[in-house]
Amino acid sequence: MDSVRYDRERRGHRVPIALKILIAGGFGAGKTTLVSALSEVRPLQTEEILTGAGVDTDDISGVETKSTTTVAMDFGRITINEDLQLYLFGTPGQDRFWFLWDELAFGALGAVVLADTRRLADCFPSIDYFEQRGIPFVVGVNCFDDSRRFSLQAVRRALDLNPDVPMVLCDARDRQSGKTVLISLVEHVARQRGEPVPAA
Amino acid sequence: MQADLPGNQHEWLDDDAGPVVRPYTLTGGRVRTTADGFDLVAYVLAKPDPDLAAFPELHPEHRLLVELAGSGTPVVELAADLDLAVGVVRVLLDDLLCRGLVAVHQPPRATYLPDNDILKAVVDGLRAL
Repeated sequence: MDSVRYDRERRGHRVPIALKILIAGGFGAGKTTLVSALSEVRPLQTEEILTGAGVDTDDISGVETKSTTTVAMDFGRITINEDLQLYLFGTPGQDRFWFLWDELAFGALGAVVLADTRRLADCFPSIDYFEQRGIPFVVGVNCFDDSRRFSLQAVRRALDLNPDVPMVLCDARDRQSGKTVLISLVEHVARQRGEPVPAA
Repeated sequence: MQADLPGNQHEWLDDDAGPVVRPYTLTGGRVRTTADGFDLVAYVLAKPDPDLAAFPELHPEHRLLVELAGSGTPVVELAADLDLAVGVVRVLLDDLLCRGLVAVHQPPRATYLPDNDILKAVVDGLRAL
């Protein structure tokens, strides 16, 4: 449609480029925590209405209608410069919201899959999702205080990860740690495109 | 169990399904937009000095959107600011787009993005945070 355009200059007003990054992982893996730690603003929340796309796969038994008609999305923002902003979207944890994942993933730069070593299998669906769609991702192994420390090698084996996929130990509560995960994602995207970003 | 019955999706539209319908009341029941745009991070930019008085049919929410989009705001932030579901905001934005009150700037698709300058700027920016 003509009126929906991709042009960045209009009447001298320069519109920034916004890049989407998804923060995925199982329920309780620290997605919202990571978005909060990284966002320059209080993490924002909006909601999407559960449409027919979600109804077919939905098991509504025992779930109150009022709480299932919309699904909340957490998001945060990082301003890189006046022309460039990153938007971080926490993906909904429940499988029945896949339709929303498709929307979030559309045009996304890449994804961070947070893994909780206490419940490693919870991040399998996220990994499958990004692998199947060819969306670049890194795995952040969230080090909870009470979790057993596994070697990255052991986690990689357990996840059956492609050797190219970077894995990073992280603490989702810590901004610096979260930054490291995002940097490793963007570097991974650049490597995949054949032009690695020079090391600092 | 209901789930085994054909057409069980209509269970969602029974007498208790108020919340399903309510968000779209504002849009007159419309759930789709004519434009296939409005990515979550598409920037909406209001026309300067829009003549909203010429459009008496617009809701207060439309007017608020025009105001919020004065300096360019992504769709998802507009939805958060208005505390409306993204689907509803898309329909309202479509109304504004059709009336020439806003312009929408789609984000570059990932496939258009082998722009390594951008990736390098992101990494540099993150390192500097």
